Amino acid sequence: MTGTDWPLWEVFVRSRRGLSHTHAGSLHAPDAEMALRNARDLYTRRSEGVSIWVVPSTAVTASSPDEKDPFFEPAADKPYRHPTFYDIPEGVKHL
Amino acid sequence: MTASVPTPATVPAQAHATAALSLGDDALVLSHRLGEWAGHAPVLEEEVALANIALDLLGQARVLLSLVGDEDELAYLREERAFRNVQLVEQPNGDFAHTIARQLYFSVYQQLLYEQLAADAGSPFAPIAAKAVKEVAYHRDHAEHWTLRLGDGTPESHSRMQRALDALWRFTGELFEPVEGLSVDRDALRDGWLTTVTDAIRRATLTLPDGPQIGAWTAGAGRQGIHTEPFGRMLAEMQHLHRSHPGATW
Repeated sequence: MTGTDWPLWEVFVRSRRGLSHTHAGSLHAPDAEMALRNARDLYTRRSEGVSIWVVPSTAVTASSPDEKDPFFEPAADKPYRHPTFYDIPEGVKHL
Repeated sequence: MTASVPTPATVPAQAHATAALSLGDDALVLSHRLGEWAGHAPVLEEEVALANIALDLLGQARVLLSLVGDEDELAYLREERAFRNVQLVEQPNGDFAHTIARQLYFSVYQQLLYEQLAADAGSPFAPIAAKAVKEVAYHRDHAEHWTLRLGDGTPESHSRMQRALDALWRFTGELFEPVEGLSVDRDALRDGWLTTVTDAIRRATLTLPDGPQIGAWTAGAGRQGIHTEPFGRMLAEMQHLHRSHPGATW
């Protein structure tokens, strides 16, 4: 029996109030409560966060590299979809 | 440290020095024991958790020992008989269950003790305890969660956890012996400890050990400088580098 029997968890950390949770990495843990504690020790020990989410890696549905072109290619040549024609007012953060 | 004008906060009375040494040595010795897991823990995540706890304790030890004198001299140049830690914290790591049982017994004690000290505005340890109590609350949480999982896990983990609780039980009585310079409500400390530990053990489907919490030869002995055999070997390893290369830095 080794630690690899434990399921994998994805860790999301909110670094500050007002920001969204960001993927920080993954870890092994026997259950959700221990995953939360392991995440605290691995990803927030230098006070990087104010809130943590852990999600079983098996619950993540990911796009496949094979589908890269049909998924992402059509977006490349339509500049009118990008809000690049607006000036960002001074002093606006987190945009 | 230079010999500046002594202030009451940094140079406590003799009795307070004994208390600072006792609490500081508890933290230092347990920190070293937990540090021994580095590179050996069952899983990487748990290794980091134990190292984090060890570093919290080391931080506490540094502050407490600095109240008494030079922290490095105290940690690295004292003989075994001059250490004032309880015998519980010097017990070898054993298997993971032994480490968790030691953590459970000690962190519950430490949290209750520091809560009392933090609430006592007259205590010279109040500021230190107030800061440490948050760290220690997490140590207790860690130990309780593991006790629960090992006790209520597989038959193998259950029997190992029970064996560990039984083996370390006779070192728990010393936690409630009076310490010179430390004014605490020892009855409340003991009652609170027993309630919390009993609850954790029961929830983990384990049995509270029924042997004596103290033996004729163990009563308060660590606080008087009497230590168990494994402590000498631990100390040799802990002090070896400093003694071989005095004044070395890196």
